[in-house]
Amino acid sequence: MIRVALVVAALLAVGAIKLPVERDLAARHRQEHFRGVEFNLDLREKLGQLGFIAALSGFRAIVADGLFIQAHVAWERTEWGRVLLLFRHVTTLQPRAILFWDMAAWHMAWNASVAAMNDRTQPRLALRVKAQREYFGLGKDFLERGIKNNPDRPDLYEALARLYKEKYKDHDHASEFFAKAAALPGARTYDRRFSAYELSYCEGRELEAYQRLRQLYDEGEKERQPTLITRLKFLQTKLNIPPDQRIPDSNR
Amino acid sequence: MSERHYRAFSFRRINAMTVNTLTELTRLKVFYVLLIFALVLIGSSMFMAQFTFQQEFQILKDVSLGAMSIFTSLLAIVATARLIPQDIEDRTVYTILAKPVPRFEYLLGKIAGVLLLLAISTLVMGAAFLLVLYAREQTVLHATLRHMSGAPREQIDDALRVIRSSALNADIFPGIIIIYLKACLLAALTLFVSTFATTNIFTIVVMAFVYFIGHLQATAREYWLQEHGANWITRVFLAVVALLFPDLQAFNLVDDIVAGTAISLALFFKTAVLGIFYTTIYTLLAAFVFYGKEL
Repeated sequence: MIRVALVVAALLAVGAIKLPVERDLAARHRQEHFRGVEFNLDLREKLGQLGFIAALSGFRAIVADGLFIQAHVAWERTEWGRVLLLFRHVTTLQPRAILFWDMAAWHMAWNASVAAMNDRTQPRLALRVKAQREYFGLGKDFLERGIKNNPDRPDLYEALARLYKEKYKDHDHASEFFAKAAALPGARTYDRRFSAYELSYCEGRELEAYQRLRQLYDEGEKERQPTLITRLKFLQTKLNIPPDQRIPDSNR
Repeated sequence: MSERHYRAFSFRRINAMTVNTLTELTRLKVFYVLLIFALVLIGSSMFMAQFTFQQEFQILKDVSLGAMSIFTSLLAIVATARLIPQDIEDRTVYTILAKPVPRFEYLLGKIAGVLLLLAISTLVMGAAFLLVLYAREQTVLHATLRHMSGAPREQIDDALRVIRSSALNADIFPGIIIIYLKACLLAALTLFVSTFATTNIFTIVVMAFVYFIGHLQATAREYWLQEHGANWITRVFLAVVALLFPDLQAFNLVDDIVAGTAISLALFFKTAVLGIFYTTIYTLLAAFVFYGKEL
């Protein structure tokens, strides 16, 4: 009996020692983007009991993958409402997985929006356009939340820049997000160039765009891509750049 | 004739017990678990051929590391739970303890045998996982090079970089070590429970509860330390959970590592130290209880 009491006392003493260590470790985990998921009743309702228990028992990633596969099947069946719902669960479970945010946004802004525009059951064009805009918005929302969860990685900034460029035709924002992507470690080499291209389409910002494109051009052959030269020549003409400061005509 | 002195603590005796435990467990064909792991790995990699390479790599890593975590945890609990009850049933424990072998050494040898078994299993599973991932990565790299043969060098380099970064990242290795440490902790805790349990079924059931409560411990701890509105019964219950159970969520880092979160050396070190601390404490407590056990 004394031995049992001693063991319980020892366990409680160890508990008192480890408690601040575990708290500190949990705080550090959160600081370094681990344990980003809040296990609450809202998540329990979304996942169902089994999924919630599995996620809670250290199989969060596998549950998220299962839901992702379900979302993939829903996409093949063009069940857009289900795709949206499942991707919301997937991204809640795995907020650090860039792929899921990116895929969710792509399905909404590219696939579902096109399906809404081509919806034969809706004869009114205005309503089809409205539905399409709503899907653009859902895609944007996924990317913005993804960036909020992953501010240190360039991929989602780039995806948002593409969305602004291709769906909203908003070159100003597209340039801004390509630039943000380019500023982060691991960014693709073309992000900086793309940011300058997009800026060159913005009314009133031609001089800034010219300076950035020219700076890229001066960096050497590697940056002298056909689009860069075309945009640079266009801006040279528009801004009346003196002939001696222009790039050689031999550049095509 | 040289006279051999009896030593109160002998690594040779512990080593003999460790080897014996490992051999015993190996004879139980516990390594069949590895075969199941390989099937999960190959099956999932074949199933995922329909996805893009990023999706394929992500799911392959999630499934493999998740399977590694569940198999090592299960192995730790099931293999350890039977050690003492089986030795008592077979009467091996009496033969061993009748010799000048301290009970602490006996337990240390037993747990070391299990930890060695877990290390071998983790190594084999890790190697199989890396092999499949590498093979898939090479296939995707070659296919990409073939498709982009006419593209500019810069584009090819970017594409290859994306493939490589989606496949293997160095942070997976500390993630696998943390999986192993979690299994070690569970093995030591199972040993502790088995010192006062009468059957291995009881130990396994208790450990199943501990496993789930351990994953909830962090939630209980935060609620206990922050919430002031709860009644005293709730607070006492939360305090007991927070103090008595280990925080197993602290060892679930691979989910986020696969998603691309980098693990710092300091974080890895702290988590590893916590795992070693728990393993040591539970082994010492097991020895303490075992010393008082009537055999």
